[in-house]
Amino acid sequence: MSARTRRRAETQAETHSGAGRIAHFGWLGPLALAFYAFLYSPIVVLIAYSFNDSRFAMIWQGFSLKWYATVLENGDIQTAALNSLVVATAATAISVSIATVAALALARGGAFRGKTLSMGLIALPIVVPEIVTAVATLMFFSAIGLSLGLGNLIIAHTVFCIPFAFMPIRARLQGMDETLEQAAADLYASRWEAFRLVTLPLLAPGIFAGAVLAFVISLDDFIISLMISDAGTTTLPVYIFSMIRRGVTPEVNAVSTILFSVSLVLVSIYWLASRPKKDEA
Amino acid sequence: MSEVAVIDARRRWLALAPAYLVIGVFMVIPLMIMVAISFMEQNVYGGVFRVFSTDAYTQFLFQRDFDGNLVFNPAYLVILGRSVALAAAATAICVAVGFSVAWFIVRQPPRRRNLLVFLITIPFWTNLLVRAYAWVIILGRGGVIDSPFRALGLLGPDGTLGLLYTNTAILIGLTYTYLPLMVLPIYASLEKLDFRLVEAASDLYADKWWTMRQVVLPLAAPGVIAGAILVFVPALGDFISPNLLGGAKRLTLGSLVQFQFATARNWPFGAAVAVILLVFVMASLALYVRLTRKAGKAGQP
Repeated sequence: MSARTRRRAETQAETHSGAGRIAHFGWLGPLALAFYAFLYSPIVVLIAYSFNDSRFAMIWQGFSLKWYATVLENGDIQTAALNSLVVATAATAISVSIATVAALALARGGAFRGKTLSMGLIALPIVVPEIVTAVATLMFFSAIGLSLGLGNLIIAHTVFCIPFAFMPIRARLQGMDETLEQAAADLYASRWEAFRLVTLPLLAPGIFAGAVLAFVISLDDFIISLMISDAGTTTLPVYIFSMIRRGVTPEVNAVSTILFSVSLVLVSIYWLASRPKKDEA
Repeated sequence: MSEVAVIDARRRWLALAPAYLVIGVFMVIPLMIMVAISFMEQNVYGGVFRVFSTDAYTQFLFQRDFDGNLVFNPAYLVILGRSVALAAAATAICVAVGFSVAWFIVRQPPRRRNLLVFLITIPFWTNLLVRAYAWVIILGRGGVIDSPFRALGLLGPDGTLGLLYTNTAILIGLTYTYLPLMVLPIYASLEKLDFRLVEAASDLYADKWWTMRQVVLPLAAPGVIAGAILVFVPALGDFISPNLLGGAKRLTLGSLVQFQFATARNWPFGAAVAVILLVFVMASLALYVRLTRKAGKAGQP
């Protein structure tokens, strides 16, 4: 952030707080507090009850780590977690590659016929309700008789990961200075050299942010995995759902807390990677 | 313009080909197959007969009585109505709360603003299923909400407020799930707002409610509309909240589709319901495009 933009931000802040004095509503503070309490209370409850000694999830009996021990001993959970990791890793790698070249074509390809259509097509997996995508994919796999085990899940996950990987990569490309690439070309760099030595290093944070986002989305996906997976290809959220179905126990809370922690770490990494650096902006 | 900046047409299409191929083959074609299957006949042993039939859509409105006559059956229309009503109610609550919270955040100093926005995004990235499940513990029989009432003797030792497995529970779940999607776009549009306009209104002795309605709200309209679509569309097809919090009797479009594929094994009917859901979503999006065009025109001086 340059000195000037910072100063502008500060003046804007002053006008904002000035406006705060003008259009001030006394109940806004308590409402905002209630909003954040509403947002976090389920997570707090979930984590707290994972340490509950009772067999019944809803009745507090005392502190215990036994449910975490149960989770660690449960082979099915480990298999499901491994499936989730395999699917998320493969879907992330494929979708990020596809999204990167597509973002380059759309951000550096100038204006062309079909650009809006291309953007729409890439956004399609976000627009269509998940349950619709889930059953459509299920019928498609059944119609063509495709049963590759985890492969089916990887294909389905790749499709809906593409737009999530695409967004940060394109945002990064739009914020990038094209003159650097032009300078490389002027200095007789080949197209490939300019890409590898100039564009790619500058684009790396965007690609990384897109990869983390795709990974989290894939890891958290439930509905599509529920419809596509079978007994041998259960992912972690699908397994958690079957646990909930069998009854609400603190074991579910313990797995959920672990999953929550993993997501939290990944989101923090994403946030740090996608945050504009001080010297840029 | 040098060569590198603008990719030529052949390379451009080559670079777009993988995305087209994957989304085209594994998303567009499946959707077409889904529409086709919705017009086929059910095979009660699973799968479909490849015969043209509008049975699935007829089943949505009518059922056959003992004599084989078609009789109007409102059961599925009730499910459709419930889905639309719950999604609309969730959207309305989200607009009211989301706007207030966004207005609160935008009036804070910049550093605190960033923190408050970040705090909204954290729960959003954690597993949806897990968050909905947390509400089962909170609302359930003898859960977090019941406990203080029991302790105070307002409920018997086995008493419950009976919040779980109601429409209210689904509404809480939907609101909880999609509220961040409302706050963020409204905040984004309020952040760009020229606050001198608010001051001007105040200098001209405008009442603060009048200022909000006549000055702030019209300028924040794009954010509100974007937030409304981001909440309404996924809420309409939501499966997790109705399934976990609504219980078996309160189906919505999302859980009805899942039920047809997972339990009833009536593919044409499940596909037809999915098509109906998709049509409602596309209609909402078309409305959104029209509204934003209007809001964009209105926003111009």
